[in-house]
Amino acid sequence: MSFSEADLAALWLTLRLASSVTFVLLLLGTPIAWWLARTNSWWKGPVASVVALPLVLPPTVLGFYLLMLMGPQGVIGQFTQSLGLGTLPFTFWGLVVASVLYSMPFVVQPIQNAIEALGNRPLEVAATLRAGPWDRFFSIVLPLARPGFITAAVLGFAHTVGEFGVVLMIGGNIPGETRVVSVQIYDHVEALDYGQAHTLSLLMIAFSFLVLLGLYGLQRKQASPMGKEH
Amino acid sequence: MQLLPVICLVLSGLLARPLWADPVRIAVASNFTLPMKQLVADYEKTTGNKVSMSFGSSGKFYAQIMNGAPFQVFFSADQAKPQALERANMIVPNSRFTYAIGALALWSAQPGFIDTQLYTLRQGNFRKIALANPKLAPYGAAAAEVLAKLNLVDATRAKWVQGENIAQTYQFVSTGNAELGFVALSQIMSHGNVDRGSSWVVPAELYQPIKQDAVLLNNGAHSPGAQALLAFIRSEQARSVIESYGYQTP
Repeated sequence: MSFSEADLAALWLTLRLASSVTFVLLLLGTPIAWWLARTNSWWKGPVASVVALPLVLPPTVLGFYLLMLMGPQGVIGQFTQSLGLGTLPFTFWGLVVASVLYSMPFVVQPIQNAIEALGNRPLEVAATLRAGPWDRFFSIVLPLARPGFITAAVLGFAHTVGEFGVVLMIGGNIPGETRVVSVQIYDHVEALDYGQAHTLSLLMIAFSFLVLLGLYGLQRKQASPMGKEH
Repeated sequence: MQLLPVICLVLSGLLARPLWADPVRIAVASNFTLPMKQLVADYEKTTGNKVSMSFGSSGKFYAQIMNGAPFQVFFSADQAKPQALERANMIVPNSRFTYAIGALALWSAQPGFIDTQLYTLRQGNFRKIALANPKLAPYGAAAAEVLAKLNLVDATRAKWVQGENIAQTYQFVSTGNAELGFVALSQIMSHGNVDRGSSWVVPAELYQPIKQDAVLLNNGAHSPGAQALLAFIRSEQARSVIESYGYQTP
């Protein structure tokens, strides 16, 4: 197995993208998951549905509308231009924004499930001990819901690595900026370079398998002590 | 009572079916989408035969045909892929022919953005310029060749955004995400006119002719429908349609 310089650039870019997206998703997804887990509001259903939309929508729909919305005539495009940032398609940060939307359910849902599983009791006990909301989050929720957060981070990262349709629609195939591994593989196949396509594809299969293997191993380890509590 | 007309309708439908009832399945390079739709509409109207069209990039179709896709005719965006299929004995011998010679245009969705002196292009007064990936698409290779002839490769390279095929390149320009880009003339031309934005039809001496070949695939060897369609594509009537979209015919 040998990788060309372009392959390595695509791999490095993919890692950068997935890490940035995972970071942003944990920051954004945690409050959303928290709210969804604890609210009784009428808005719970609609918000949960919007978050889960990328699970069922074809990536082309998301990519097509992001291209329109983030373009010079689009609402988001006009906003970013008014901030002096230019427009987002064909940039690394454009991909980050798109991937955050696309991978959101993979991060929100595990965290939400973990928080729901905690129930109200530990938080109420902590409140009677005069723990403030931040204190309760960092010393109760975060440690107890840790498996949920780890699952969320791993899935968010892996799903971004595996992204293709949205990136193809708004990326513009710029080396080192938007040409991620999945697009690079597609290029190799289109150019009839099947040897190169195999090398990268096998790497992706190995990576995905190891990620999932690690995740299921982790869940099994977590399952036993959790089981005793119930 | 109400059943009778239905039965009549079904029977008449059955009787009206041509000899080869299954539609001819064809794979068409995306740059030829508009003319092919028009051609197939004309063909279906005159013959009553049905055609099922798939549009996409030639490279993907090549891979699919090599792996058993049920297409009977392949209209490629280049000559290389039909030739490769020929070498692999995937086509009916001697069925390869050039059905169109593509033309390239520099196009912007904004009126007045592109002038005949190419001032905007030469001065670099734009953020992004779209072209099809030169490695994959013949229109992309032609675009890169034009920029090289104009000595503008180094000056513009940092602003390139590449579509996977010419359809995506068109999409980047038409949504304004790239202010200008090299597209197929056929994409912006209808009835012999360019009706949107501003454009420059690239002079033919600036790039190698984009010869597009079609082949009758082994799947279509015994299909009278596929052969009839190919005969139609070579007819005078079809050639004038193809030319009205900015292509030349051999």
